[in-house]
Amino acid sequence: MAKKFLVDLTRCTACRGCQVACKQWKKLPAEATVNWGSHQNPKDLSFNTLRLVRFEEVMNDGKVDWLFFPEQCRHCTEPPCLGQAELDDERAVIQDEATGAVIFTEYTKNVDAEGVREACPYDIPRKDPVSGRLSKCDMCIDRIQNGMKPSCVLSCPTGAMTFGDEEEIDALAKERLATVKKTYPNAVLGDPDDVLVVYLFQQDPMKYFDKAVAAVSPRMINRKQMFARLLGSQKA
Amino acid sequence: MTNHWIDLKNSDCVLIMGSNAAENHPISFKWVMKAKDKGAKVIHVDPRYTRTSAKCDMYAPIRSGADIPFLGGMVKYILDNNRHFKDYVVNYTNASFVVGKDYDFNDGLFSGFDPKKGSYDKSQWAFEMDDKGVPVRDETLQNPRCVFNLLKKHFDRYDVDTVSDVTGTPKEDILKVYEMYTATGKPEKSATIMYAMGWTQHTVGVQNIRTMAIVQLLLGNIGVAGGGVNALRGESNVQGSTDHCLLVHILPGYLGTPKSKWADLAAYNKNCTPQSADPMSANWWGNKPKYVSSFVKSMYPAATPEKGYEMLPKLDAHKPMTEYYWLSMFEKMNQGQFEGFFAWGQNPACGGANANKNREAMAKLDWLVNVNIFDNETSSFWRGPGMKPEDIKTEVFLLPCAVSIEKEGSVTNSGRWMQWRYQGPKPYAQTLPDGDIILKLTDKIQKLYKKDGGAYPDPLVSLGLDDWQNEHGHFDPHGIAKLINGYFLKDTEVKGKKFKKGQQVPSFAFLTDDGSTCSGNWLYCGSYTDKGNMAARRDKTQNDAQANIGLYPNWAWCWPVNRRILYNRASVDTKGMPYAPKKAVIKWTGDKTKWQGDVPDGGWKPGTKHAFIMRKHGFGQIYGPGRQEGPFPEHYEPLECPVKTNPFSSQLHNPTAYQISSEEKAVADPRFPFVGTTYRVTEHWQTGLMTRYQTWLVETEPQLFCEISEELAKERNIEGGELVKVSSLRGELDCVAIVTKRIKPYKVHGKDVHLVGLPWHYGWVTPKHGGDSANLLTPSVGDPNTGIPETKAFMVNVSKIKRA
Repeated sequence: MAKKFLVDLTRCTACRGCQVACKQWKKLPAEATVNWGSHQNPKDLSFNTLRLVRFEEVMNDGKVDWLFFPEQCRHCTEPPCLGQAELDDERAVIQDEATGAVIFTEYTKNVDAEGVREACPYDIPRKDPVSGRLSKCDMCIDRIQNGMKPSCVLSCPTGAMTFGDEEEIDALAKERLATVKKTYPNAVLGDPDDVLVVYLFQQDPMKYFDKAVAAVSPRMINRKQMFARLLGSQKA
Repeated sequence: MTNHWIDLKNSDCVLIMGSNAAENHPISFKWVMKAKDKGAKVIHVDPRYTRTSAKCDMYAPIRSGADIPFLGGMVKYILDNNRHFKDYVVNYTNASFVVGKDYDFNDGLFSGFDPKKGSYDKSQWAFEMDDKGVPVRDETLQNPRCVFNLLKKHFDRYDVDTVSDVTGTPKEDILKVYEMYTATGKPEKSATIMYAMGWTQHTVGVQNIRTMAIVQLLLGNIGVAGGGVNALRGESNVQGSTDHCLLVHILPGYLGTPKSKWADLAAYNKNCTPQSADPMSANWWGNKPKYVSSFVKSMYPAATPEKGYEMLPKLDAHKPMTEYYWLSMFEKMNQGQFEGFFAWGQNPACGGANANKNREAMAKLDWLVNVNIFDNETSSFWRGPGMKPEDIKTEVFLLPCAVSIEKEGSVTNSGRWMQWRYQGPKPYAQTLPDGDIILKLTDKIQKLYKKDGGAYPDPLVSLGLDDWQNEHGHFDPHGIAKLINGYFLKDTEVKGKKFKKGQQVPSFAFLTDDGSTCSGNWLYCGSYTDKGNMAARRDKTQNDAQANIGLYPNWAWCWPVNRRILYNRASVDTKGMPYAPKKAVIKWTGDKTKWQGDVPDGGWKPGTKHAFIMRKHGFGQIYGPGRQEGPFPEHYEPLECPVKTNPFSSQLHNPTAYQISSEEKAVADPRFPFVGTTYRVTEHWQTGLMTRYQTWLVETEPQLFCEISEELAKERNIEGGELVKVSSLRGELDCVAIVTKRIKPYKVHGKDVHLVGLPWHYGWVTPKHGGDSANLLTPSVGDPNTGIPETKAFMVNVSKIKRA
C-alpha cells in the first residue's frame, strides 16, 4: 500500500526542524545565504535544498497573519515529471511500487531538465548546474525501507506532519479537515486525491504560495507527453 | 515551573506573555496544541507578532515595558467583575490578612522609602498580628485594611483607558484578553501562564511575575492541573543551575547566602529561619537549620556544622545584594578591581548587557580563563573590533571542554524534572568534562594552599573531594549525585527510623541539624537513594488518576519529593475534594488510603494545615512584603523609555532599580526615539556559540537583523533587506532590516511609539558577515531583587546606511 503524508499547517510553527533534518539526513551542504529582509532562507528550493519552509505575511480583515508552508515534492500518484523524463531516459525517474515514492536517479542528467521542471505542477525539481542532474525529495525511501519515518516527520515537534499508510492518512486528513473547518471555514486539503503529500491549509492555499496547489490536476499531461504517447515512441 | 511541560495540555486558557514559546521553546507547542485540540484558548500578548502569535486564537500587541499596566488592569477587571474564585481566595491566599497601620501607598511610593539610599524599610509593610503572633484575618473580606481591599484600592487606578494609553494595546484587545482569561476563575477551570525573559529582563522583572501570580491566585489557578506560574527556562539545565546556586543570593536549595552580620551558625539560623505561631501553618522553611547543616557537611565533611558554616563565604551585610550581581561585577572589573576571571561556559562579550563595557573590562584583567567548546568573542576579545592586541595585558586561556552529550549526568528541565543522561561519544581529543576541570583545579589549589598557606586557607583545603571522584581520580557524576542527595555520616535514628552510616537519606524529612547527615541540596534529597538513581528512571506506568493529567510519576524524578505540581493542596477544598474533579491533581480518599494522585504538598489530613506550606503563614501571597520595591506591583517605566510621564504616579522609574549613576540613560530623548528590544530565534542558541559554527543553522538565519514596522521603514526611508545602523547611548550595530507587517506602532500617550527588535545571537568571530551582538546596545540597569539587566526595553535610533 502506498505511503502518505498529512502536513497539517494549522499546527506548523515554522521551527524549521524539518528543513534542517532533511539536510542532515541527506548530508546536503548549506548554501551561502544572506538575510534578504525575510526569515525565509534559503530564498528558494535548490539542488541542495529539497525542503524549504516558506514564510508569508498576509492581512485578513485588517489583521496580520503569518503563514508557513514547508514545501517539498508531493509525490504525485501519476507523476508528470516521470512522464516527461521518460521521453529522454526512462531510468531517470522511477516510482517505488511499495510506497509510491517518486525518485530521481543519476540518469536525470540525461533529461530535458527545464521540461521536467515545467511538467511539475508544483515547480519542485531543481538542477545541479555542475552535473546537470535533477533533485527533489525522495520520501527518505532509505529510511522507510528500514522501518523508519522520513527525517522531516521525525523532527516535527507539534504533530504538523504525520506519515503512514494511505488509507490511514486519508481518514486522518478527512477528520482533521472537519475539525479545523470549525475554526477556519475556508480550510482545504491540497489535491488530496492526486498526491501522497497532502497539505491541510487553514485558508486559501494561494495565500501561502502561488504553487501551493496545482493549477490543473497533476493527472493532466502536457502536449509534449501527449504527442509522445500518441506517436507511441515511449511506453505509456 | 510550578507545573510541568506535559501539564500545559490540561489548561483551558494558555496565556503566553513575556515569551515567544513557539520559537524559543518549540517542544512546548506539542502540549499547547494538545490543549488547543481540547478546546483551550491560546493568547499571545507581545510587542511583536511572532511564530507563536501565528498559532494563537488571539494576539494583542503591547509596548515592551508595559506589562504591569496590562496585568494590573486584569486584576482590576477581576475584582470589578467578581471574576475571582472566592473560596480559594479566602482559604488559600492572604487576601483576608489585615495589614499593619504603617503600610501606605502614595503617588507611586510605598511607606518606608529612604530617598537617600533608594531603598525601603520593609518593616512598615508588616501584617497586623494577634496576641499570639498570628496574622489577623478577616474572612469576610470587609476590613478596609485587609489585603483584598488594599489590592482593590491599589489597582483602582488601572482602568482600561489608562492601561491602553500606556501599553499601546487597543482597548478592545485588552478587554477581549481579560474576558477570555478571567473566565477561568471557576472551580473546574484553569488557566496557565507561559513566561520567559520577556518578563524577567526589566527593572520591574520580579514585579511583572508577581502581578501574574496575583492574577493566578485570584482565579484559583495555582496548584491545579493546567494552571500555575510557569517560567520557561532559557537553557536546558538552567533550572538545575538555579537549584544548585548559580546565583549569589542563595546557596543550593534556595538557602539564603550567609551575611557578615551572622558570624556563626546560630545567628544565621535565628535570623534566616521563619517562625510561625500558627499551629495550622506547616511553615516548611522552619526546617531550614537541618538543610543548612546538611549542606555544610556536604562541603566540609570533617568539620562540625558550626565550623563549616564559618568557612562559608559571607556577603557584606551593609551592601545591597545588587553589589554582587553581574552588572556590578563588570562595572568593578571595568574599574580594574579584578585580577582574574573565569568565564565558564559563557560568553559575556556577547551575552551580557552593555557588551562593549564588558569587552573593555576584560582588557583590565591580568588573566582570563574561558572554558568552552569553541572559541568565542570572550576568549578572543583582545583581537575584536576596536581592540589593539599590543596594548592588552590580559593573558587569556581557552580550556576546551567536552560537550553535553559526551558527559554523563543530570539535567533539570523547566518542570523541575531531574533527568539522568548516559554518556554518548567519548570527549573529543584532549577535551575534558567540566567536572574533571573543576576537580583538577580544586585539587591543585588545595595543594598550593597546603604548601604555601594563605590569608585563610581553611575554606579551600577543608573541602571534601572524596565524593567528587572515582578511584582513578576522574570526576564521578554518581558520587556527586549521591552527595547532592545526601547520606548518613553515622549510625543514627531519625523520627523513629534507624539508619546506618553510609546509607543514602531517603527524603529530606530525615535530614538533621546535628551533623549526622550530609546533603548537597535538600530539594534533591530523594533523587538518589538506596533504591538507586531515581533520575535515571524511564518507566511510563501510572494509575488512572495520574494518567488523566499526564503525571508520569515513574519517569525521571522531580523535586521536591517527586511532586509534579507544586502547591497542589490548593487544588482541593478543605475536605480534600478536588475543585476540578475532571482533572484532579490530588484527592483525599479516607484515613487508610489517604491522598491519591500526585504527591501531596504535605500528607496531613484535609483541613489541618494551610495549603501554601513554603510560606511562613501558609497562604499564597497576594500581598508580598518581601520584595525590594513594594508589597504590591506598581507600574514604573523602563530606565530608558520613550515617555516623560507616568499616568499612574509622578514616579517615572522604579526608585529601587539597580543603576550606575555615572551612566547616562535615554528618557524621551529625541536622539534615541525608538524602543529597542532583544530576543532569540529558533535557529540559534544564546550567544550563538553552538549554532554559529553550524552551517545548516547559519543558512536559515545568516545575519544580524532588526525588525521594524512598515510605518517606521517609511519614516526612515528603509526597505526590507537593506543595511541599517541601529544605535544607542552605548554602541551601534550594522544589520539587515526586516520590514514587517507583524510590528505596528503603539499608540502611547496619544503618540506613535516604534519598536526596533534585534536577536542577540551574533558575534564577530563567526560567521564572517554575521554581524555583532545586540548587547552592544543594551544598558547596565537591572531589577533590584535579581540584578537581571533590562535588555527587553531600552532606547535606540535606526538609520539607513548610505552606500558609497
